[in-house]
Amino acid sequence: MEITPEQKDELRRHGILLTSLEELYNWGRSHSVWPLQFGLACCAIEMIATSMARFDIARFGSEVFRPSPRQADLLIVSGTVTKKMAPQVVRLWNQMPEPKYCIAMGACAISGGPFKQGYNVLKGIDRYIPVDVYIPGCPPRPEALLNGLITLQAKISGQSISGPDAPRHLGSADSCEYPVPEFGGHDLEPPKNPDVWQPPAPARAPKP
Amino acid sequence: MNRAMETPEQIRDRLLARFPGAEISLVPNPAPGAQPSLCVGAAHLREAAVFLRDDDALRLDYCSNVTGIDWPKPGHLEVVYHLYSMALRHGPLVLRARTGNRADLVSLPSLTPVWRSCEFQEREVFDLYGVVFEGHPDLRRLLMWDEFKDFPMRKDYVEPPDYEWEPTAHDAVAAKAALQHPAAAAPSPAPSPEKT
Repeated sequence: MEITPEQKDELRRHGILLTSLEELYNWGRSHSVWPLQFGLACCAIEMIATSMARFDIARFGSEVFRPSPRQADLLIVSGTVTKKMAPQVVRLWNQMPEPKYCIAMGACAISGGPFKQGYNVLKGIDRYIPVDVYIPGCPPRPEALLNGLITLQAKISGQSISGPDAPRHLGSADSCEYPVPEFGGHDLEPPKNPDVWQPPAPARAPKP
Repeated sequence: MNRAMETPEQIRDRLLARFPGAEISLVPNPAPGAQPSLCVGAAHLREAAVFLRDDDALRLDYCSNVTGIDWPKPGHLEVVYHLYSMALRHGPLVLRARTGNRADLVSLPSLTPVWRSCEFQEREVFDLYGVVFEGHPDLRRLLMWDEFKDFPMRKDYVEPPDYEWEPTAHDAVAAKAALQHPAAAAPSPAPSPEKT
């Protein structure tokens, strides 16, 4: 029997809580997202501010910044990723257990930002690891990070635990390891992970 | 700050008197500051540095900054040292040294044994410009990884082609993206006239 959300609300008003395993599971997961205690640059200062009393990330269940990737659910890439640092970021991501999520915080983590023309700056961490939420800003305000966290919670709540839309960790038994780039003679090798990132097609058609 | 330090001309003359035959010249500065600098040949660089540090009238005991310059036109690399005296509270004196060329004669004597503060900065100049400092205690790359082969601050450095996604490219970035990925950076066609 299908039950619409309106019927559910109606039942809830009468003191009957009707839920599904999926809803319960996602509700629990989305309200205990533990971030990795990992800062890269000035965005990390805003991340720290977000965790303190004034902005209080604990309101959203994410105050437990874990010093070990083995205990973390969320990687906040907070700042410029240099090419020298990128393999370590991917390695940390690999060390996190599934289910795991990634927030690219700030212009640098998204695209290299103001330093993108530098010789040692990675032009976006999404070239190597899948990013769930992008937060633009230079740096983003703590409110923006909280909004990104709420966006991530909504995304987690919307995930189904079976079927083709199931998240990575419930899907195939494939390894969740992402290839760690190596230091090459002129650039990182490979310069991007094509399974994770392809340059989007140009928005406008090229001249015929 | 500049409390009665000798002029660079006087310092040059004293260096020449102390080291006869050394290649020491004065590089004029066309900027409004007009502070000339001393250019010392590699053969006498270390002795001249020790002289500048230990001479009683100069006592230039502090090297605040080491910079590299790439000159593709005359074809050499240049290292610039800014010297101050903490003891006598004067400075700066700008000291320059030039390599033979940009390809194989890129060695210069390290001044880290003279001023310890040069250590990291000479490593940086080695990393970014490729100047090899003879006598440096720990000459490794500083900012780039050890396997990196290029010298990114040289004028002829070629960046890896990673400008494939430039949604709002402009100016220098647009030029680079067009050079590296012509298909992705092609301009949009002119809007066709509306058919009504």
